[in-house]
Amino acid sequence: MRLFDETLEVLNLGLGTFADAIETAGGRAIRIEWAPPAAGDHAAGQALARLVNDARVEAANRTAFAAYLAAQPVLEGIAPAREAVPGMDGRRILHAGPPIAWAHMCGPMQGAIIGAILFEGWAADPGSAGHLAASGEVAFAPCHHHGAVGPMAGVISPSMPVWIVREATRGRRSFSNLNEGLGKVLRFGANGAEVIARLRWMAGPLCRVLDATLRQAGGIELKPLIAQALHMGDEVHNRNAAATSLLLRRLLPAMLQSTAGRDDITGAVTFIAGSDHFFLNLSMAACKAMLDAARDVPASSMVTAMARNGVAFGIQLSGTGDRWFTAPAPVVDGLFFPGYSTADAAPDLGDSAITETAGLGGFAMAAAPAIVNFVGGTPDDAIANSEAMGHITLGRNGGFTLPAMNFTGTPAGIDARLVADTRLLPVINTGIAHREAGIGQIGAGITHAPPDCFAQALVALAAALPDG
Amino acid sequence: MARLARITRNFYRDSVELMQLSARLLALPGVRRASAVMASPANLALLREAELLAGEVDAGPNDLLIALEAEEGAAAAALAEVDRAFNQAPSAGQGGGRRQMPPRSLEMALETAPAANLALISTPGDYAAAEAMKALRLGLHVMIFSDNVPVAEEIVLKRYAAAHDLLVMGPDCGTAIIAGVPLGFANVVRRGDIGLVAASGTGLQQVTCLIDRLGGGISQAIGTGGHDLSREVGGTTMLHGLAALATDPQTRVIVLISKPPAPEVAAQVLDRACTAGKPVIVNFVGADPQTIAGDRLIPARTLEDAALLAVGAAAGRPCPPIDDGLPELPRLAPGQCHVRGLYSGGTFCYEATLLLAASLPDVHSNTPVGAARPLADVWQSRGHTLVDLGDDVFTRGRPHPMIDPRLRLERLAEEARDPTTAVILLDIVLGFGAHADPAGVIAPAIEAAIAGARAAGRQLAVVGFVCGTAADPQNLARQQARLREAGMALTASNAQAALLAGRIAATAGG
Repeated sequence: MRLFDETLEVLNLGLGTFADAIETAGGRAIRIEWAPPAAGDHAAGQALARLVNDARVEAANRTAFAAYLAAQPVLEGIAPAREAVPGMDGRRILHAGPPIAWAHMCGPMQGAIIGAILFEGWAADPGSAGHLAASGEVAFAPCHHHGAVGPMAGVISPSMPVWIVREATRGRRSFSNLNEGLGKVLRFGANGAEVIARLRWMAGPLCRVLDATLRQAGGIELKPLIAQALHMGDEVHNRNAAATSLLLRRLLPAMLQSTAGRDDITGAVTFIAGSDHFFLNLSMAACKAMLDAARDVPASSMVTAMARNGVAFGIQLSGTGDRWFTAPAPVVDGLFFPGYSTADAAPDLGDSAITETAGLGGFAMAAAPAIVNFVGGTPDDAIANSEAMGHITLGRNGGFTLPAMNFTGTPAGIDARLVADTRLLPVINTGIAHREAGIGQIGAGITHAPPDCFAQALVALAAALPDG
Repeated sequence: MARLARITRNFYRDSVELMQLSARLLALPGVRRASAVMASPANLALLREAELLAGEVDAGPNDLLIALEAEEGAAAAALAEVDRAFNQAPSAGQGGGRRQMPPRSLEMALETAPAANLALISTPGDYAAAEAMKALRLGLHVMIFSDNVPVAEEIVLKRYAAAHDLLVMGPDCGTAIIAGVPLGFANVVRRGDIGLVAASGTGLQQVTCLIDRLGGGISQAIGTGGHDLSREVGGTTMLHGLAALATDPQTRVIVLISKPPAPEVAAQVLDRACTAGKPVIVNFVGADPQTIAGDRLIPARTLEDAALLAVGAAAGRPCPPIDDGLPELPRLAPGQCHVRGLYSGGTFCYEATLLLAASLPDVHSNTPVGAARPLADVWQSRGHTLVDLGDDVFTRGRPHPMIDPRLRLERLAEEARDPTTAVILLDIVLGFGAHADPAGVIAPAIEAAIAGARAAGRQLAVVGFVCGTAADPQNLARQQARLREAGMALTASNAQAALLAGRIAATAGG
């Protein structure tokens, strides 16, 4: 034992007076701001203690994180979900977040599903669409179970066009629906005639133009585009203005050279140029591709998905595969549009937290000074936020750098162990939906992943690993 | 000399940053040429022209290219340097006056203090074992001050620690001194060549303080926690500590302190002590000295004895006993015949109870040992009574009497009013963690007790000792002076105080 030959340096956990005594006597003490880990859950605390510095977990996390870093998402094409998404057969509708039955879905999600049924022509009016949804004749499944992601309600039905993003190192594909813009839109549960008409136009002319454009352009690498957008003030979750512009700049020459007709091009360009968030769904699909590359590494405590269905918030770990660990979805603390307040807000909703899971969004807050009001108001607050996330992540993504932090990589690869141990919860930038279907977005702000998800995940991960 | 090119896809970096990186790589030994560039056609052409790039490269302007010409081995070091450069956390202070976040977990603390080597855990007992296990898994030695840790968890921790050559002090370890640094409730003692392993916190404090007073010094004082020498735990920490002190060149004499261990554990500890190669003084408080026999084993009857024998062994000649002179004894009124001991230190109460029960009949305690009998009502003294006010029954929902003296002051006033009380016996503990001025709060209560008795026509003896050193924050001499001024008779040690109290009570009886 070498202790007596070393200079004693004490980590003090508990009574601060003990650290005072050590320092008074000329020793060195580091004070830890301790509180019960894993929100005081004793079983999770025990699981965590077993997993800390476990050689198997450390090695698995290195593997998972390296796969995430190496992933290269490439926008490959666009096609109806029925053709592109595996398992998208018959009357199946995908939704955001972990699994949930129709009867338990929140207002915006039910509204969006009714809209999707009308759009598909499976029912003639909202009333019969609701009956059909409740009848059990439509299958519901999380987007994540089909390699897909969707913002807010995240509803994808077979005829909707989806982005196809190919992860170049492994060839696996991920998908996302197309962004409809703001206002009365399906993802917030609106399902009126104008919403359905817009969906038809998106599935028709817009999809045709983008298909022709992407055929002309070949694949578009998404990582460099995101990296550049971060340098231009986006965090590619709640702010996508730069990324949308960069995307349009990439698409335009190919669009003009493509076989698409002039009127369709005008319509498509006008639509994209008018929607600051058009890139969001691509950002999400890119993040999904990077994280899917890190999936299914046994023993890994790296988080591969965080998603909300408006009732439950769920996470998945690389080491526990497709299993969800859920807790009640929190209400978002945010800023509201005039006339709305927290009382009107639906609990946290959407797959868009995939961006934070991939080290973007709230984790890259320091990149987006324009939206720092959501985290306290000053760029310093945003930087502090990004720094804090560095304490719960496996490393930094050198491919995505933050100018305000001396071009350090974004903190990425959430380690469930570190979340439980530090009680620093992943921060998520997000929009806020009205709790009733169809009213739409009523604000935006930040929320945090509930600690209980991580506690459960650690118990399951520890149970899968024999003592050692 | 080998040439090597590494491509990292979609890893855009500013050219200035890359030039700095190239310079950093060139400064490495064995690297002859190094270039970090974005793989644009122009840059690729430049590298080819410089013959730093052999053959075709499948890379584009978004891809980072590191091209090296270096000796075998140096190239790998250079690539590791690249990874380090790109995986750096932001340096402290960067970004203006933002405060660095204080660490919130052991692992987080190690990010900024990688040389830390011991975790001192005083969280609520429910969480202490998990934190201790994390600390061990992170390669840290551990002291667990917390109590109420299930013995099954203690066993798991100690087995893990033993397998990884790490020290676990505790659970329920109140004090230790490692490399001269006081941990928990500890006194400021001179450094020296006597090493201790103790299962008793106040026992360790008494022995280290007396060694200090006798001119000796402490190399290391290891606490094991109170359950270590039980049959279940098997003395893991004491055995580990003993082995560490046996090989520690600073330690020339070893002292072991405990209440009597489980017999098979005692046998194993003594067996190992015989092979330590150094004199080992053993005080298993209350154990028959006959049972402690072996090569270089020296049994000690009391804590004070242990200190005397240790200093003697270190000096190579016997240490004369401490004699502070006998204080003037009070003239007791008829009916004043009982000793009432009010202890804050559990081992002090234990040792005093043993000593008094050996010479006085009718001794009671809430923690009875030897011939002493249990108290039916711990709040009510009977005959000779010694109570450990640090025991769970008294501390539930209340701070320990070493920190908060109120409970003891109330009991002191109560005992003083009892016409059968001849002697009140007190321990006063100094050091880090203890009350900032125990004499300052106890002395007025002693004055009031003596005055009250006198008003009722009695002389009351208040006897005790101060466990502390001149260098303690409270200062031993100052504390003693205040207590003497209040009328307290002070002895050098717990054992002497108990024996004095016994003598006073015996004269009353005769």
